[in-house]
Amino acid sequence: MATLIFLFSAAALLQFFISYCRSLIAASIKQPLSAEVRDVTGIASAASGDDFARVIQLLQLCPERPEDQSEIRAIGAYFRLLNFVRATLARIIPALVAWTEMERGQCAYFAAVALERRIAFSRDMLSQQLDA
Amino acid sequence: MPGSFIYWLWTLETILEVAVIVCALAKHSFRRYLCLNLYMLLSLIVSIGRYQFLSHYGWYSSEYAYFYFCSDAVLTIFLYLALINLYLHVFDEMKVEKYVRLTAVMLLTGTALFSYGVVQQSSQRMLTGFFYELSQNLYFVGLVLTYVLWGAILKLRETRTQLIQVVLSLGIYFSAFAATFALRNIYPNFESLGYVVPVFACLLPLAWAYAFWRLPVDARMAPSRLAVVPR
Repeated sequence: MATLIFLFSAAALLQFFISYCRSLIAASIKQPLSAEVRDVTGIASAASGDDFARVIQLLQLCPERPEDQSEIRAIGAYFRLLNFVRATLARIIPALVAWTEMERGQCAYFAAVALERRIAFSRDMLSQQLDA
Repeated sequence: MPGSFIYWLWTLETILEVAVIVCALAKHSFRRYLCLNLYMLLSLIVSIGRYQFLSHYGWYSSEYAYFYFCSDAVLTIFLYLALINLYLHVFDEMKVEKYVRLTAVMLLTGTALFSYGVVQQSSQRMLTGFFYELSQNLYFVGLVLTYVLWGAILKLRETRTQLIQVVLSLGIYFSAFAATFALRNIYPNFESLGYVVPVFACLLPLAWAYAFWRLPVDARMAPSRLAVVPR
């Protein structure tokens, strides 16, 4: 009985976690990227999963915004989960390859939007210092 | 005795609980999600109470054990009521408030009776055993109810982003705890679980503080985009 409850709970946890991460990403998908961020990140039209690591490295170069740290961590965990699914389950179920790739691309786009916000935040801080 | 890591997580959880209440008050969401905020307030009071009991009686004392299990059961019941309150939010326009409340009371009574039946058969420590069993069963009932609520959100095309994120984070919390309780039953000597539970306990107030602080009340999203299986 306990094993059955564990399996059901673990499956539900996975499903809720994926939906929660998607709800975080959904807010940024609507936001268009500026030409500047597109140049910096190399994301021309649609982001791909391979862009994620590069965009995260760029994010780490910017001053941190306290309000976006937890969501970036959550999406980072989601990205690692997708990589795991791609390396394991997707080999058995080929339909998962396209799904994980699309999700990884959305994670990269989310990170690019976060980068855009951090750049704007840094500029605001700089202008405030200059004004002071 | 709890290590410094556990104390650190405990402090973090308490700070996050304060953050939820402050964020809800600052963004005028306190009354809208009254049950959720009352749960956080109670959780904060319980954290302080547990610290008082721990410092007065010690980790291995029966006083601390009674207070811990009793407060845990009360908190779980409050969280269950908070979940029912979310049901009322989702089914607001359907005027089924009376039926939701009646079903919730019946389910809670049924869970309490079932827990009592299990403890009566197996345990010598009736009171703490009952509180532990009740918490464990309520986490699983909460998980099933949250799953049903999530299904209703998808079916009814509920679009309020704040409500969706609150429900999803509650789903993560209930399923994580239900899985932990089940693992503890399968492997009673699995000590690492003692470190996992406080980590999960921090996630719920973190997600709620984020939802109240960052998301505007009128923010909307298409829930069909969030389903794992495309609809």
